Amino acid sequence: MSQALKRKLADPRTGGLLGLAAVIAVLPLFLPNNFYYDVAIGAGLSAIVCVGLNLLIGYAGQISLGHAGFVGLGAYSSAVLTVEFGWHPLAAMTAGALGVGILAFLVARPILRLRGHYLAMATLGLGIIISIVVNTEAEYTGGPDGMTVPSLMFFGRELYGEAVWYWIVGAALLFTVWLSLNLIASPVGRALRAVHGSEPAAEIAGVDTAHYKVLVFVISAVIASLAGSLGAHYAGFVSPANVGFFRSIELVTMVVLGGMASTYGAVVGAAILTVLPQLLTGLEDYEHIAFGLILMLTVIFMPRGLVPSFFTIARNRLASAGAPPP
Amino acid sequence: MTRHFIKRTLAILLTAAAALAFGAPGAPASETIRIGTFLSVTGPASFLGDPELKTLRMYIESINKDGGVLGRKLELVHYDVQHLADKAKTAIKRLIEDDKVDVIIGPSTTGTTMATIPLVERAGIPMISLAGAVVIINPVKKWVFKTPHTDRMACAKIFGDMKKRGFTRIGMISGTGGFGKSMRGQCKGLAADFGISVLADETYGPKDSDMTPQLTKIKNTKGLQAVLNPGFGQGPAIVTKNFRQLGMGMSLYQSHGVASKKYIELAGAAAEGVRLPAAALLVADQLADNDPQKVVVVGYKKAFEKRWGSAVSTFGGHAYDGLQLAISAIARAGSTDKEKVRAEIEKTSGYIGTGGIVHMSPDDHLGLSLSAFRMLEIKNGEWTLVD
Amino acid sequence: MFAEFLQFLLSGVTVGAAYGLVALGFSIIYNASHVINFAQGEFVMLGGMSTVFLMAAGLPMPVAVVLAVLVTVVLGLLLEKLAIEPARGAGVVPLIIITIGASIFLRGVAQVAMDREFHAMPPFTGDAPIMIAGATILPQSLWVFGGMAVMGMLLWYFFARARFGKAMLATAYNPLAARLIGVNTRLVLLCSFGLSALLGSVAGILLAPITFTSYDVGIMLGLKGFCAAILGGMGHGAGAVVGGLIVGIAEAMGAGYISSEYKDAIAFIIILLVLFFMPNGLFGKRTTERV
Repeated sequence: MSQALKRKLADPRTGGLLGLAAVIAVLPLFLPNNFYYDVAIGAGLSAIVCVGLNLLIGYAGQISLGHAGFVGLGAYSSAVLTVEFGWHPLAAMTAGALGVGILAFLVARPILRLRGHYLAMATLGLGIIISIVVNTEAEYTGGPDGMTVPSLMFFGRELYGEAVWYWIVGAALLFTVWLSLNLIASPVGRALRAVHGSEPAAEIAGVDTAHYKVLVFVISAVIASLAGSLGAHYAGFVSPANVGFFRSIELVTMVVLGGMASTYGAVVGAAILTVLPQLLTGLEDYEHIAFGLILMLTVIFMPRGLVPSFFTIARNRLASAGAPPP
Repeated sequence: MTRHFIKRTLAILLTAAAALAFGAPGAPASETIRIGTFLSVTGPASFLGDPELKTLRMYIESINKDGGVLGRKLELVHYDVQHLADKAKTAIKRLIEDDKVDVIIGPSTTGTTMATIPLVERAGIPMISLAGAVVIINPVKKWVFKTPHTDRMACAKIFGDMKKRGFTRIGMISGTGGFGKSMRGQCKGLAADFGISVLADETYGPKDSDMTPQLTKIKNTKGLQAVLNPGFGQGPAIVTKNFRQLGMGMSLYQSHGVASKKYIELAGAAAEGVRLPAAALLVADQLADNDPQKVVVVGYKKAFEKRWGSAVSTFGGHAYDGLQLAISAIARAGSTDKEKVRAEIEKTSGYIGTGGIVHMSPDDHLGLSLSAFRMLEIKNGEWTLVD
Repeated sequence: MFAEFLQFLLSGVTVGAAYGLVALGFSIIYNASHVINFAQGEFVMLGGMSTVFLMAAGLPMPVAVVLAVLVTVVLGLLLEKLAIEPARGAGVVPLIIITIGASIFLRGVAQVAMDREFHAMPPFTGDAPIMIAGATILPQSLWVFGGMAVMGMLLWYFFARARFGKAMLATAYNPLAARLIGVNTRLVLLCSFGLSALLGSVAGILLAPITFTSYDVGIMLGLKGFCAAILGGMGHGAGAVVGGLIVGIAEAMGAGYISSEYKDAIAFIIILLVLFFMPNGLFGKRTTERV
């Protein structure tokens, strides 16, 4: 293998992407029926949101405690605009993403000009308000019982069924990861890393830190909204139960577990926390305990998360394997 | 420490992935009759799912002891879905596709039922929901049945009683959960038919701890004779206490959503004189001896209370009825062929259950009449029969 | 008309006093560590639930109350010792995530160790409503309000007069300088969690006879208390109390005069408005930097 090719494969932007594509392509061989597809699709949709959220947490050093609200706004835009107002699903999806982007911008703009963790508080409030609104405006949203969403039509074909949606969500995930990796490698990403390292230093170097943080927040919110729209069309149903505060925390947990500032970590974290409850059915009583413990233990003992820690260890092993035993 | 932890975690994950990929149980459908259920055993609606699951477990055990159905044992497959539509959708796919169950009983709430109906209809498998709202069976869905009375029937029962007592001007205070919201809509739509006008219409959130502001507004609405409170959980108990605290003179009506002993326990003395519609189960011992439901409800109540040591609620009764409807349909069909079982459930006629006497038809997948509801009043901390 | 207004006000003050107690808990920990302790609401839950279960075990109420407070304080100290202390220096975001994890964990433990049902607790001094100019108030509401007043005063005395209280304030102001003049900042952090747990459990116990208690009552109370703390100015004691009262009264007035459907949103709308227009809150020190 030529050195150039090796280097290319070791680069997460090509090697990692190829790996992820391979996993997505091979996984269906191990999925015996629609239930397994459903879990995989659920993991994929969460992973898309987490890749976006990871940009905010890992690179802008801010947390959002209301991301489920953005996912919900996307889902409900798709549902309400198509059902109540007869919009085309793609137009509804775009409008939802635009609306969420503008909302995120309006909220983040004044708040990210403050130093500190005010974004966490604001997103917490915003997320809960969104969930109260979709619960209350039953005339449009069906209230607590939710509402059905029509299938997505694509050139006159109905997109229905797990097998179809698996590939749609898989492709969307690949695209999101590619976007995220490119963003991190772009000047924006470099500026953000500078901010994360030392904000005052970055400012002295002339980086408009608030500007970049707002940009990343808006991008992550728009990604969440799009994932919400996809999820609504896949499931054919939206309900406010997953728009709440707890779901937002779940998303943060996925990112933290997989590894903050690691795009693939976000994917792994989302996959683990989506699959785990399905393996532990019958133990729902202990779900809260397990969840809380995962959050605390990861931050205390493995603050960089699964994927980065794994790579560090693997690299150390490789290095020590070459050296003579002590 | 860290390294060890990561190793362990990875080991668990790999095992998990392997289990997911290869450990899929290929259901041998010929051996047992597989009854699938997905209830709200944890989360805010656990007071529904908990007695429902207990009831199913207990009766499937005893039916198996007596030889099962069609000479085949019953097997219960259960997933807890809390109150979450997403979990319900995943669970129903698992029940249908992976566990290959023959019939489905549940879920507990209207939201989870509505989320799964499209999948059930596409898959073609009989499902007997244990949730309340009328939208589940109206319009009729081919494969979906339900056992509890609808919220619309509860409104009719309450308004009938109000009319009898000469109340025509009422106020409402409703919970904003799925149950309260649905019933509020049904009652407001139905009020005019009974010549009743709803002059005050307030709501409260599922976690609210103080409803005196809303009740004060109702109190200050001129000429009200009664107040109706659709909702479940702790909310109605707080409403009841606040209602007495404010010294409101009118009559208070609750819904069938509070038909468990817990409500009386929480509201205490404030619950005295409150009326509500409920199934005969709550007043099993007070039923006349010639009441056709007497044997059934007394039997269920005794069995449940003996086995679990806690007071019976109507919610567990819904599960009992669902199970009985399902297995008697399977017995009549002579097989677990889904279409045959569905047709037999639809033909159910004269089944006497805890909720009432069931006569189903192609246009009626509930089969209960208004007479299945009893009007109760709380006296000295006990349910008493009014009519 | 006035009776109606007064009724809304009394309702608001009762709920607001509870929010205020929770907000005080947030402020104490924030002062000591700049951590927002999202497990604060769980302290409230633990106070109420432990009392109910200890009483069910046959203990007389006063004993149960004291034990429940002790249990909660011990859990608060353990939380700091086992979860916050090992991660110190990890930055504020990881610490906030830990407290979120702790709150979910505590809720899960309560759910398994106790149960998932709602429980009533007898009021301290009867439940015959007291009439005031056409409005009514429960004796227990006076307990809640009185409890907040007493706690607020004790805290004020502690921070203004007691040596250790001053040490805590010094740590809040400048941890490095505090350490240099011999303040044990680790002890300060530990005590801040104990003190917050104490406040939370007292709020939970005072409130339980009015609102009932269950394993998940802490979520909303915690979040609303958090709103109150931000409104008053995070880390400001009197601000927390005033913030709590304002949020409580705004909710009651909103439910009474505007719409009960959006009552729960009021506290969170307040958060957003405060962050937009006066991020230091009503009383906060003007330390927020704009960049």
